[in-house]
Amino acid sequence: MELFIQQLTNGLAIGSIYALIALGYTMVYGVMKLINFAHGDLFSIGAYLGLTFLISFGLVDKVGAPVAILIIMLMVMGLVGLIGILLERVAYRPLRKADRLAAVVSALGASIFFSNSLMLIYGAKFRVYPHNLLPKSYITILELHIPVVRILLLLVSFILMACLYLFVQKTKTGTAIRAAAIDQGAARLMGINVNKIISIVFFIGPALGGAAGIMVGLYYGQVNFLMGWLYGLKAFIAAVIGGIGNIPGAMLGGLILGVIESLGAAYISFAWKDAIAFFVLIVILIVRPTGILGERVAEKV
Amino acid sequence: MLKVENLYVNYGNVEALHGINLEVQEGEIVTILGANGAGKSTTLLTISGLLKPARGQIFFGDIEISKLEAHDIVKLGIAQVPEGRRVFSTLTVQENLNLGAFTVENDSKIKQVLDWVFHLFPRLKERRQQLAGTLSGGEQQMLAIARGLMANPKILLLDEPSLGLAPILVKSIFSTIREINQSGVTVLLVEQNARSALKLAHRGYVLEVGRIVLSGDAKKLVSDPAVRKAYLGG
Repeated sequence: MELFIQQLTNGLAIGSIYALIALGYTMVYGVMKLINFAHGDLFSIGAYLGLTFLISFGLVDKVGAPVAILIIMLMVMGLVGLIGILLERVAYRPLRKADRLAAVVSALGASIFFSNSLMLIYGAKFRVYPHNLLPKSYITILELHIPVVRILLLLVSFILMACLYLFVQKTKTGTAIRAAAIDQGAARLMGINVNKIISIVFFIGPALGGAAGIMVGLYYGQVNFLMGWLYGLKAFIAAVIGGIGNIPGAMLGGLILGVIESLGAAYISFAWKDAIAFFVLIVILIVRPTGILGERVAEKV
Repeated sequence: MLKVENLYVNYGNVEALHGINLEVQEGEIVTILGANGAGKSTTLLTISGLLKPARGQIFFGDIEISKLEAHDIVKLGIAQVPEGRRVFSTLTVQENLNLGAFTVENDSKIKQVLDWVFHLFPRLKERRQQLAGTLSGGEQQMLAIARGLMANPKILLLDEPSLGLAPILVKSIFSTIREINQSGVTVLLVEQNARSALKLAHRGYVLEVGRIVLSGDAKKLVSDPAVRKAYLGG
């Protein structure tokens, strides 16, 4: 039972990371019907920018670790969001009217560009996050010791997701994003500037991915320029599990994938962790190709 | 109010409009008649800025709008109810209406127009929390028109509002269009249902494969032998 609860909470923590990254895939897909394959690398950039900010400004000494981490996280989110907007302008907008495949190739190119830039700037070795920033303590519930860090990570992810959900459901801009995802032409007839909506989506998605990057750095303590590849792939699977294009679906898919992976690692074999994730993808694609919350897509005739 | 001059539009490599001219005066209902593929929807989409003309100009008042972005054109006061309704089916009726008012900044104005469209279409008020995709075809058409009105337009472009509706619904939609016009909104109506459209409109144009072949008062067009033969069944 102890093992189960530990793995469950760990799975929820890592799943919430997947969920944050998956939101970027799903929002971009929703509005542009494009898989942004460079999204995993934006997550890596977030992790590295977080590292740089944590070790270079001495902010931690000035305001204390919790406030410093909060400020740095917001800075990272803003910067990675701006990189996302730039990415769309440079790599996708010129190809808007081109063949769908051209944009996919451009995305893969952007991914290679980002990961190699990180390697050239930070080096190819693993880099270590400062390890004395977060509390090492545990809280004990019913004789179970759960690390505080894990709970904090879950809390922050859920706050970010709740903010996004409220933004998309309750605000005028959020409604416009949903409208543009349903029918871009009709959205333009409503007077919605779809280019602006796309820029907003390309800010929010990467900003959440960047937040996930710094959270992974803090939680696992080390980062690598290729980390975005596997995390990106897992998050993409999470988005597909939940139903790509569907925002609550990405959150749900991330959590489900994290828990399955974590329990699989404990009860089957740790070495099979990634294989289990891909197995889940295959099962979903066979049984329910539109994902758990995905709608049936009616082709226009 | 709206003036289209010598408009050429291409769809890919195909020229869909070969130099059309038309004009709508303030307060009028003007209809464009024509068969499938004549270029009616192309004309409206070009006015709204979703298609760009290869040649020619479109004036709204004194402003040349053919190079403007679609969202700026809506802001000037040109709203379109597109062919096939195209309501946002997974959003609620209320959300669809709110999106119609996307360009309107003034909240009390939005409230005022909302009351008006609920007066025109009481059914929508009952269903405001329902998803638009669950409405019947007629109700979706009402929603599409209401959504267009929410932009508080000076001119409303309607693309085949009778499409796929039962005759009794067509009648009610058309009488609502008259009511909308009487409260001061100019209407440009594209229709295949020539009989109903000419009964409603002040003036009409007949479009055939990208060219205007006839135009004039609606009463005159109804009795025109060519129109009777081609569009009114003899």
